[in-house]
Amino acid sequence: VIGLHDCRIAFADTLIDLAAADPRIVAVVNDSVGSSNLKVFKQRFPDRLVNVGIAEQNLVGVSAGLAGAGLMPFTCGASCFLTGRALEQIKADLAYSRHNVKLCGMSSGMAYGELGPTHHSIEDLAWTRAIAGLTVIVPADPIETTQAVRAAAATTGPIFLRISRMGVPVVHAAGYQFEIGRAAELRAGGDVTIIAAGVLVSRALDAADRLATEGISAAVLNMATIRPIDRDAVVAAARRGPIVTAEEHTVVGGLGSAVAEVVVESCPVRMKMLGVPGVFAPTGSPEFLLEHFGLTAAGIADAAAALVRG
Amino acid sequence: MEPVHKYAHPAAKAVAGHARAIRRTSLAMVHAARLGHPGGDLSAADILAALYFHTLRIDPARPGDPARDRFILSKGHASAALYATLALRGFFPMTELSTFMEPLSNLNGHPDRNKVPGVEANTGPLGHGLPIAVGLALGARITSGAWRTFVLTGDGELQEGSNWEALMSARQFRLDTLTLIVDRNRLQQGDTTENTVTLDPLADRFRAFGWSVVEVDGHDVDSLLDTFAALPRDAGRPTVVIAHTIKGRGVSFIENRVEWHHRVPTGDELALALEELGRDA
Repeated sequence: VIGLHDCRIAFADTLIDLAAADPRIVAVVNDSVGSSNLKVFKQRFPDRLVNVGIAEQNLVGVSAGLAGAGLMPFTCGASCFLTGRALEQIKADLAYSRHNVKLCGMSSGMAYGELGPTHHSIEDLAWTRAIAGLTVIVPADPIETTQAVRAAAATTGPIFLRISRMGVPVVHAAGYQFEIGRAAELRAGGDVTIIAAGVLVSRALDAADRLATEGISAAVLNMATIRPIDRDAVVAAARRGPIVTAEEHTVVGGLGSAVAEVVVESCPVRMKMLGVPGVFAPTGSPEFLLEHFGLTAAGIADAAAALVRG
Repeated sequence: MEPVHKYAHPAAKAVAGHARAIRRTSLAMVHAARLGHPGGDLSAADILAALYFHTLRIDPARPGDPARDRFILSKGHASAALYATLALRGFFPMTELSTFMEPLSNLNGHPDRNKVPGVEANTGPLGHGLPIAVGLALGARITSGAWRTFVLTGDGELQEGSNWEALMSARQFRLDTLTLIVDRNRLQQGDTTENTVTLDPLADRFRAFGWSVVEVDGHDVDSLLDTFAALPRDAGRPTVVIAHTIKGRGVSFIENRVEWHHRVPTGDELALALEELGRDA
């Protein structure tokens, strides 16, 4: 599987497969049939595609009601609006109420780069991660997206799935087994550990290759589940040495913070948190913005080398 | 001596008695907890009694029955009235009401569906009940469920924009099994609704959103029962029942007094209130 992949394709294909076998599955959208890649779903299951229009609070509230009716909504919208606009509904109607709704935040991170910070979703992990009872998952590639969607459907309870539209290479082998709450060690290494999620995982692997040429052995962990975080994997990494985290998200409250919360309590080591450094991003393509904030193989490798060399 | 009220509907006298019990019970709960929202409890009591003691197809022994009618109290701060109603209807023992808002009680200040049998939604933040009710009514259609969905909002609550999103979608989906009841007591926490953000012409606004609108005296049990029995009013349209009520209804010194949104009665005030409410018709 060569080239770059839009994870929304794997998402929609998997949802259609699941819906064919499970009549509880409905898709709920905010006029986002196209942007959530659900046109085929709508053709296959016209009575199970609910479009509430451009109304995110209603989107999430209606989804809670559909779950109360025994259905399993996959509620899809651009992550920036789905999480930001409907956060109180996510907290009260889904998480606190323990409704079996799967929130699918599409085009997350800075995938809408040129459209500006209103459309960037670089706070969604901090917001959702703070809510009790809400599982937060960030797949890194199409293989993991497929498995995460299946795992979400097989798990009762509210789950936030953060789905990227930015092209990513395949980082997992065909036999990969995603498990909610379990980090995947994609590369072993003893000098430093890079913990990444989503779009940044492939870049972390490239960084490890670069570091190897400099004689630095870097482990790479794909932390696809942000909450509940895999504490054991974080502690094991901290026992080996310093940690670099890399995420397409503000460094305030996201993956880096989640890792740091475990590290400071269990095994304090030096860390470097890479992400958007607490600012609104400028205008530019997604690729440009990742480069701008050093969220590249070179940027990650430099940060890791600096930690190793002290 | 008070004139004897003549009821027309065969269930009305009993329902009125239950409404009185809801008022007495909820006010005593607020007094005991030293917390609560008695004004809104009292304005909703007749509506709750009509629904739970006549209209709703529910079985307290089977609160999770998939086919049950759904009722959502969107004005979740009227929890004392809801808990009193559920206990009086047999969803849980009356003795549990004495734990209202105590540490670790199941009876939070705002209801929790995972803690209290009969509660359908975790309300409290305003403007949440109607969207959830739209989902429940739509879910009935998708699953071929026979239940009807009722939701009770306050009137001040309609200042939340999420309600208007839900109103538009309910009409779009032609959800005629959905009924919204507005407890139109014209007061909110700080002032009248009209002095705060005007809601009138409320009926016209709902009509403009494509709903079937009926206005009733929200304390006239006969009217409430007849209105609920005649649903849906228009095929393909959701119904809104604007129930004109008096906040604090039934207790002279609470009625229409804005401060009683969340004032707590003293022991003397409770005794006086219970005397005014009376015991049996």
